[in-house]
Amino acid sequence: QFILKMAAVQSGQSETEEEKEIQPETSNDGSRTDGRPPAGSPGVPAPSPGAVKPSAPGEEETLRAVLRFLQKNNLSESVEILRREAGLPDEPEDQTGSESSGTGSGGQEAGGGVGDAGSLLSRVSAAPTPAAATVAAPPPPPSKVGAGDDRPDVNVVLSAYSQQGDPVLYDVYYSGLKKFIESVLDCHRAELSQVFYPLFVHMYLELVYNNHEAESKAFFEKFSGDQECYYADDLRILSSLSKKEHMRGNETLLDFRTSKFVLRISRDSYQLLKRHLQERQNNQIWTIIQEHLYIDIFDGMPRSKSQIDAMSGSLAGEAKRDSNKAKVFYGLLKEPEIEVPLDDEDEEVENEEGKPKKKKPKKDSLGNKSKKQDPNAPQQNRIPLPELKDSDKLDKIMNLKEATKRVRLGRDTLPSICFYSFLNAYQGLTAVDFTDDSSLIAGGYADSTVRVWSVTPKKLRRVKSAADLSLIDKESDDVLERIMDEKTASESKILHGHSGPVYGISFSPDRNYLLSCSEDGTVRLWSLQTFTCLVGYKGHNYPVWDTQFSPYGYYFISGGHDRVARLWATDHYQPLRMFAGHLADITCTRFHPNSNYVATGSSDRTIRLWDVLTGNCVRILTGHKGPIHAIAFSPNGKFMASGATDGRVLLWDIGHGIMIGDLKGHTDAIYTLKFSRDGEILASGSMDNTVRLWDAFKAFDELETDDFTATTGHIHLPENSQELLLGTYLTKATPVIHLHFTRRNLLLAAGAYNP
Amino acid sequence: MHSAMAEERRPKQCTVVVPTESMKAMAESIGVGQLQEESCVALSDEVSYRIKEIAQDALKFMHHGKRRKLTTSDIDNALKLKNVEPLYGFQSQDFIPFRFASGGGRELHFYEEKEVDLSDIINTPLPRVPLDVSLKAHWLSIDGVQPAIPENPPPAPKEQQKAESTEPLKVVKPGQEEDGIQNKTQGATSAESKGKDKGLRLKPRSTHELSVEQQLYYKEITEACVGSCEAKRAEALQSIATDPGLYQMLPRFSTFISEGVRVNVVQNNLALLIYLMRMVKALMDNPTLYLEKYLHELIPAVVTCIVSKQLCLRPDVDNHWALRDFAARLMAQSCKTFSTTTNNIQSRITKTFTKSWLDEKTQWTTRYGCIAGLSELGADVIKTLILPRLTIEGARIRAVMDGPVVSNIDKIGADHVQSLLLKHCASVIAKTRNPPDNVEQYRLDYGYLGPMLCSHVVKARTQAALQAQQVNRTTLTITQPRPTLTVSQSSLGGSGGPRTPSIIKVPSSLTLMSPRPGTPTQPSPPATKYIVMATSSGASSTQQVITLSSSQSGGTSTVQSATSGLQPLVKLESGGGPGLTASRPMQKYIVVSLPSSASLDGKGSGLTAISSSTAQLEAGMKLERSDSPGASTH
Repeated sequence: QFILKMAAVQSGQSETEEEKEIQPETSNDGSRTDGRPPAGSPGVPAPSPGAVKPSAPGEEETLRAVLRFLQKNNLSESVEILRREAGLPDEPEDQTGSESSGTGSGGQEAGGGVGDAGSLLSRVSAAPTPAAATVAAPPPPPSKVGAGDDRPDVNVVLSAYSQQGDPVLYDVYYSGLKKFIESVLDCHRAELSQVFYPLFVHMYLELVYNNHEAESKAFFEKFSGDQECYYADDLRILSSLSKKEHMRGNETLLDFRTSKFVLRISRDSYQLLKRHLQERQNNQIWTIIQEHLYIDIFDGMPRSKSQIDAMSGSLAGEAKRDSNKAKVFYGLLKEPEIEVPLDDEDEEVENEEGKPKKKKPKKDSLGNKSKKQDPNAPQQNRIPLPELKDSDKLDKIMNLKEATKRVRLGRDTLPSICFYSFLNAYQGLTAVDFTDDSSLIAGGYADSTVRVWSVTPKKLRRVKSAADLSLIDKESDDVLERIMDEKTASESKILHGHSGPVYGISFSPDRNYLLSCSEDGTVRLWSLQTFTCLVGYKGHNYPVWDTQFSPYGYYFISGGHDRVARLWATDHYQPLRMFAGHLADITCTRFHPNSNYVATGSSDRTIRLWDVLTGNCVRILTGHKGPIHAIAFSPNGKFMASGATDGRVLLWDIGHGIMIGDLKGHTDAIYTLKFSRDGEILASGSMDNTVRLWDAFKAFDELETDDFTATTGHIHLPENSQELLLGTYLTKATPVIHLHFTRRNLLLAAGAYNP
Repeated sequence: MHSAMAEERRPKQCTVVVPTESMKAMAESIGVGQLQEESCVALSDEVSYRIKEIAQDALKFMHHGKRRKLTTSDIDNALKLKNVEPLYGFQSQDFIPFRFASGGGRELHFYEEKEVDLSDIINTPLPRVPLDVSLKAHWLSIDGVQPAIPENPPPAPKEQQKAESTEPLKVVKPGQEEDGIQNKTQGATSAESKGKDKGLRLKPRSTHELSVEQQLYYKEITEACVGSCEAKRAEALQSIATDPGLYQMLPRFSTFISEGVRVNVVQNNLALLIYLMRMVKALMDNPTLYLEKYLHELIPAVVTCIVSKQLCLRPDVDNHWALRDFAARLMAQSCKTFSTTTNNIQSRITKTFTKSWLDEKTQWTTRYGCIAGLSELGADVIKTLILPRLTIEGARIRAVMDGPVVSNIDKIGADHVQSLLLKHCASVIAKTRNPPDNVEQYRLDYGYLGPMLCSHVVKARTQAALQAQQVNRTTLTITQPRPTLTVSQSSLGGSGGPRTPSIIKVPSSLTLMSPRPGTPTQPSPPATKYIVMATSSGASSTQQVITLSSSQSGGTSTVQSATSGLQPLVKLESGGGPGLTASRPMQKYIVVSLPSSASLDGKGSGLTAISSSTAQLEAGMKLERSDSPGASTH
């Protein structure tokens, strides 16, 4: 029953901000010629026709098809009329239609999941298929933008560059603006400087598109050095692009064109810029700003250079403020009450130590947690979760029992770290995961294999063959023990099945299953009872970079090179949700502890938080300067940490959608992050062969988010990385690629020894 | 295509374009004769762009593979991403497999594809099966403090030890703490230093307080080193040579050695002196120690053991010569490692030796030490300092040998000096002097020692020729690693040594090995020879071995090929006294290559144990490395 029709959900809760987000886009595409007011500022009224929603998805589709036909024949007036009469909201699909061949030109960054999915679909096929109406029955996987079949789209996208000025003047324009910005008051300079990079890129691309090779080269040489260093990677891609022919099929370029670069600028600064450009009749630049940039204007003090630097760096500028306003239920779900069996089990399993003393506090802690419903928590049944099995209950009891023996970590009591080195892995180790109870380790290898180790004395055994199983007395008490084949006991098992490097791996919470994702485009589900592959989930046609089980099992998330994150349930061979919106590869995927949200990190240097129920993108977090390879949620669900190839760990407040910390110290890509069980310590592991421990308690404790910051999104980051860094532990030559806190707060680390 | 990839490696990425000449060359290679210049330009633009695109995608795969090196499989995957058929069969043993060629005013890089005889492939023995992946756990940190175990990097890296000893002021000033230093110390001391005044950490580090464990360790180690049990001693020395956490105890060890030498020289306790020298050797072998600070204590002790008049109670019977040889080698090694333009160790030592050698009254024992010390310093020293004095020295020897019987001791001394001179000078002369070797001419040039020298030189020459032949006969890349492999394998099978090192120890002791043992690029005087061998046998990464051997393959210099032989090594070893075999710098290697020498040793039980364990170490290393792409794919 969980597989909901996306459109139905969408129309059911048409939230106002969605319209707001979409509206500016339309005014842009629909009426490009009139000097439209700066879009997106809170002051701009949104005369949205969005109130009138088509009743059924099917009808809407028909209308849309007609619209597209009209547009194809350049019957623009009829289009307008029909649109008005039908009350079709100007969704991205419409815009793509207005571009006459259906490209998701502007809808990429729109917050709405439908918008994303819609544009995504339209990218694949200009004519909508019935299947495309709902995401529940997903279309053929969205092809990469660069693929050959959507060449017409590309042309349309690029044709925006066809209007041109004198190529020689580009240099003059740009230097003129540069001079102007350098001469303005200090307080405005930092803000206006943000304009440089997107302008530079678009001007360069215009030059290239119009075949001014020499000029474009000169332009690049002259001004590329001025750009912020964190754009170096993109600039390198750009520099290799010197011909019009190269432009089609270049993903970076299409990203730039299809998604508007978002800038946040204060009203004063913006007025300054506008006045300057209009005085100088600098239409070239003004057009670019209007057409290709999205300027998010706010009232109040301009931001400082450090504030801007902290948030910038993503492929498409900062997130719009509106996109982070949606309410996120970050609280934890109520734990099921399993007190009665707890006592029984406690006495049975652990019969040596003094039980009476221990039971009391246990009950209390359990009670405290579960009795009060967290106001920020989602409803218990917001998304359907699997029923607890007996074994799950047992495991929960074990967990609670271990929790009482947990070391209370803090500044003065740092955790011990046990390092698992993979020897003789010959650089092939690409992914590692531990089970929650730390009894199993799995490693994914570049040679397509997955290996599972038992790190407890209990060996790994396979279930007996069917013939042998039939001989077992099913009534006996130890039937679970009897079904295991003692002959197969070994410390490790190898799982063969993938045909490419295994990039992501995840144990199910109940330890019965293992997920792995690979370069071959599949996600595989393995049984840890039989050590065989159960399902191969096909959907991603390109490498899948990461996958993870939901903390409650059953669901899992995967993301890869095709820029779409998919939510699956283990018993469905097709995804339940597709989260589209990232502008580049999705490099890592993580579930929120309450399973209602997933976070995805991407090569476009943004993190997006998606609502599992609605499929909407509820947070876009910018600030990283490199592809994001690690995300971790704090155990209380309130905070998030992310690490990227730039070697920085950023801390986020999910509720407010703002950055709250920047931990500098690593010198290479960060591949793993983990909070201790109580959330006091954050551990990070990196390619620079170190494990670092950070004082998460202090970082979050000193946090005071005032209303101003919350509403404006202007952050003031304390410069306290050094204070927060509690320890640096260097390995000999082992990059740290996974970290895990045991239930007693012992930190386990893993990596391949790589002399 | 191939030259294009070579181009890609240039650092300036932004503007690199595949040269049009490459386009022409490639066109020719597929049979397109005259390619228009314009099409070349267009093609090269296109090709460079596409290659860059692929390289960028390949980088993604590298990042997700958690690697720092781009591999060919990344390129393959990137091609697959673009729906391009990957390159098949592109594998190479070289890092960059391109050859350069020029001619007719054109230069190009090409990929050498030799014709391979199928039967060759079939007949080559299968490569070793690589070791299976295994999991090994160790403590990276215990309650926030990193334990000093071999699995962890040394607590204070050498650079830091150096910084502390050479720039003490920088650390002591509390206000001037640099971030870097703070970072480093923070990890190790975070737990203790929390809450305390930061100044506390910066107390003068000359008075290191040793923990109880460290004190116990120190006591155990020093007792074992000078005790009577050879097995224990071997273990203790092994510990000194490999343990990464010793730097705090270094001042004590240094004092222990220098005091020990002082006392035992007076008491003429040869055995203890030998043990102490072996400790020095072990300390020098430890790659994590910054010894420079303690040379003022160690060098006098070593020099004492080289030149002291009397080192044992019965100079006529005891083999104190071996101790002098050994100490001289130690001295040479420390000169090589520690001599700088500021401390001038080598020149000062040379001066000391020369001065006492020139002294008429110097006894034969000291004389022997001086010559040994000088000749270990290398061929150049022998050539400039010893060869010119051969005549004088020869006359003196003859005076003892042929003259009236003075004392047995003198006679033995003269005899040893003579053989020492012959041994060292012959090899140098063999290289510097052109044949033919005329006895009379030698007598004329070198006096009394001339004829004997002549026969030694002849012998040296034939040996060198023999080895050169051997090197030429076998194909080169494999000769070096192979023998060590087989030997180590056998010892791996039969090793029941008391110390079975865990596998992680293997790489650790290997990777951290300092570059102290002579690198192949250095000139190769006799002394270097042994150190190089030791390197290849067990002390450093295989890569070094490979480069070494490959340099010999490419190099035409006879000098290098001569050094690669085992024979001189073995010969010298068997000449050494029985009590000393274990302490030779290349001890590990000797035992491995000549198992009988170990059994000859009277008290060799401990020795064999450690040698087998080192062999095992080595085996682990080799096995592990043998699957690395460079080594296995032939």
